Amino acid sequence: MKMNTLVTSIIAGSLLLSASTVFAQTAEEQGLAISQESITRDNGWVDMLASMNMVLRNKQGQESIREIRMKTLEVEGDGDKSLSIFDKPRDVKGTAFLSFSHNVGADDQWLYLPALKRVKRIASRNKSGPFMGSEFSFEDLASFEIEKYNYKFIEEQACDIGTCFVVEQYPNDKNSGYTKRIVWIDKAEYRMLKTEFYDRKGSLLKTLTSHDFNQYNGKFWRPSLMKMVNHQSKKSTDLMWSNYKFGNGLSESDFNKNTLKRAR
Amino acid sequence: MNKIALLAIGGGLLAQPAIADEIFFEASGKLSTEVTMYASEGAFSQQDYRSNLSVALTPEFFWEWNDGQDSVTFQPFLRKDQRDAQRTHADIRELSWVHLSDNWELRSGYRKVFWGVTEFQNLVDVINQKDSVEGLDSSNKLGQPMINLSLVKDWGIIDFYVLPGFREQTYSSADGRLRAGLTVHDSLTSYESSRKEDHIDLAARWSHSIDVYDIGAHWFKGTDRSAQYQVVTLNGSPVLKAHYQQIEQVGVDIQATIDSWLYKGEVIYQDNDSENFWAAQLGAEYTLYGIQESNTDLGILLEYGYDQRGTDASANMQNDIGFGARLAFNDTQSSSVLAGVIHDLDYHGTSFSIEAERRFGDNWKATLEGKAFSSGSSNDPASIFDKDDYIKLTLDRYF
Repeated sequence: MKMNTLVTSIIAGSLLLSASTVFAQTAEEQGLAISQESITRDNGWVDMLASMNMVLRNKQGQESIREIRMKTLEVEGDGDKSLSIFDKPRDVKGTAFLSFSHNVGADDQWLYLPALKRVKRIASRNKSGPFMGSEFSFEDLASFEIEKYNYKFIEEQACDIGTCFVVEQYPNDKNSGYTKRIVWIDKAEYRMLKTEFYDRKGSLLKTLTSHDFNQYNGKFWRPSLMKMVNHQSKKSTDLMWSNYKFGNGLSESDFNKNTLKRAR
Repeated sequence: MNKIALLAIGGGLLAQPAIADEIFFEASGKLSTEVTMYASEGAFSQQDYRSNLSVALTPEFFWEWNDGQDSVTFQPFLRKDQRDAQRTHADIRELSWVHLSDNWELRSGYRKVFWGVTEFQNLVDVINQKDSVEGLDSSNKLGQPMINLSLVKDWGIIDFYVLPGFREQTYSSADGRLRAGLTVHDSLTSYESSRKEDHIDLAARWSHSIDVYDIGAHWFKGTDRSAQYQVVTLNGSPVLKAHYQQIEQVGVDIQATIDSWLYKGEVIYQDNDSENFWAAQLGAEYTLYGIQESNTDLGILLEYGYDQRGTDASANMQNDIGFGARLAFNDTQSSSVLAGVIHDLDYHGTSFSIEAERRFGDNWKATLEGKAFSSGSSNDPASIFDKDDYIKLTLDRYF
């Protein structure tokens, strides 16, 4: 009898305890949970085709154009595989970039130079460098993987579409160009609407805002326009996405050095 | 040769009639204008000038059908040179049909192939002949007729080549610069093979990426792309005669990509009628990203080239050290500067080069190239370039 009561009270006590920990998650756990949910909701897209057109603007407002087509394959338990083909500017037409990203460790990257017919394996350490002279760095365009950051939930805040979670994300990669990103994720659909990037000195460097979201295949939200503004250099880049297409039947065999060489 | 390429392409067109799906067509290209200024008049007769103007056109036509499974690419090359009648030339860089299947592709026709990982020279890059009149840079190549079957396997990519038809190296006329004292007369060219330029060469290559390593291994049997030269008399004056021997070669190329370091190596072993030898090109490249808190990357590379034949080698780097520095500004105009020094440890000669390039607007690119030569002694084969220090401005218009 007595024993049973003791056991019961221990079980009841531990249940109570675990219930209260769920309730009183730390800010770090909440930040992680929100970021994880944003990834979970986007799982299962399998493969994607898209065109990205960039307009680069300098301080004086002079414009420069980049046109790129992308093929991406979702890889279970690891980072995505992607093939990017450059159409403009014309001097880099036919240049193609193959990337196998990894959750942990360095990504594998190859560049194809059509004038030389040469495939070059390149170091992927250069995360913080600009992508094609734009205000997007390589890490800004890389796939979002949960292992890449530590997290902290800050608050809920009113944003353009309803209410947003505000979460701070601290990169684990020592080669990251940032000490911190602050992301605004909408509570309804877990879309990243806005990101602020803080440089290695901790100052605000860039703000990215995503606009005109459309939902594809009844599940996957994608923006049509991403605006990146560099507050320090006063330069900006508009990234326009178009021709999103999911479920194209792509497989690993569409991502190798042969497909890189004939990408066009 | 033309026949084989055309048959292959024609066969492809016939086998794949464009039923329902339309043929995709695209034309693009580049027009290059270059001005070269030499520091002095040349060392040899007919080189008494210090500037040269030249124009080159490289259009590219591309057709694709059968849902992208078949394509034809045609890339002719045309150059008009102010001084050198031999440099005024045309070539088919590419005229080929590519057919794709799930795990293999067949590429037939005139094509260009690159093998290798190092920067100063590529010993393993044996498929195409050099288009030497284009400059000292070995990346200028003539189109090579071939049938190339490429298989994608779990254990790597394997390529088989049948190369029907040999292309002779191109040479400057007496009016050209950056040439030997004597000119090469292609009417005298001889071959070890009785089939001469019709000898069918064979090659195979396996390549794979394993973790941080990119590895390639090849075998080649056929006509050596590098000629042996002999001084002969033609119409009472001494000229050079090229002789192409038969070779069999194996080689490997490896690159390890570790953090900011690239470690590179190419090694070949060649067997021919007169000798057996091995040669290697080994080096490393280190990149400093975002120097001085900017977007600029600085890459430093060091390579060593060795050839067992020593000073008898036809290779440029038989016992040479190459040092290079590459600045990539990562700006909107993709500005970059590449500087290099090659020092010959046998002859103690040194050559310097610098190349800077920048895009202008969306369709133009300017390249400024400079080279200076300082030979160690008069028996240094590079001493022929002693009076040929130059700067060259190239303006490319893309369309």
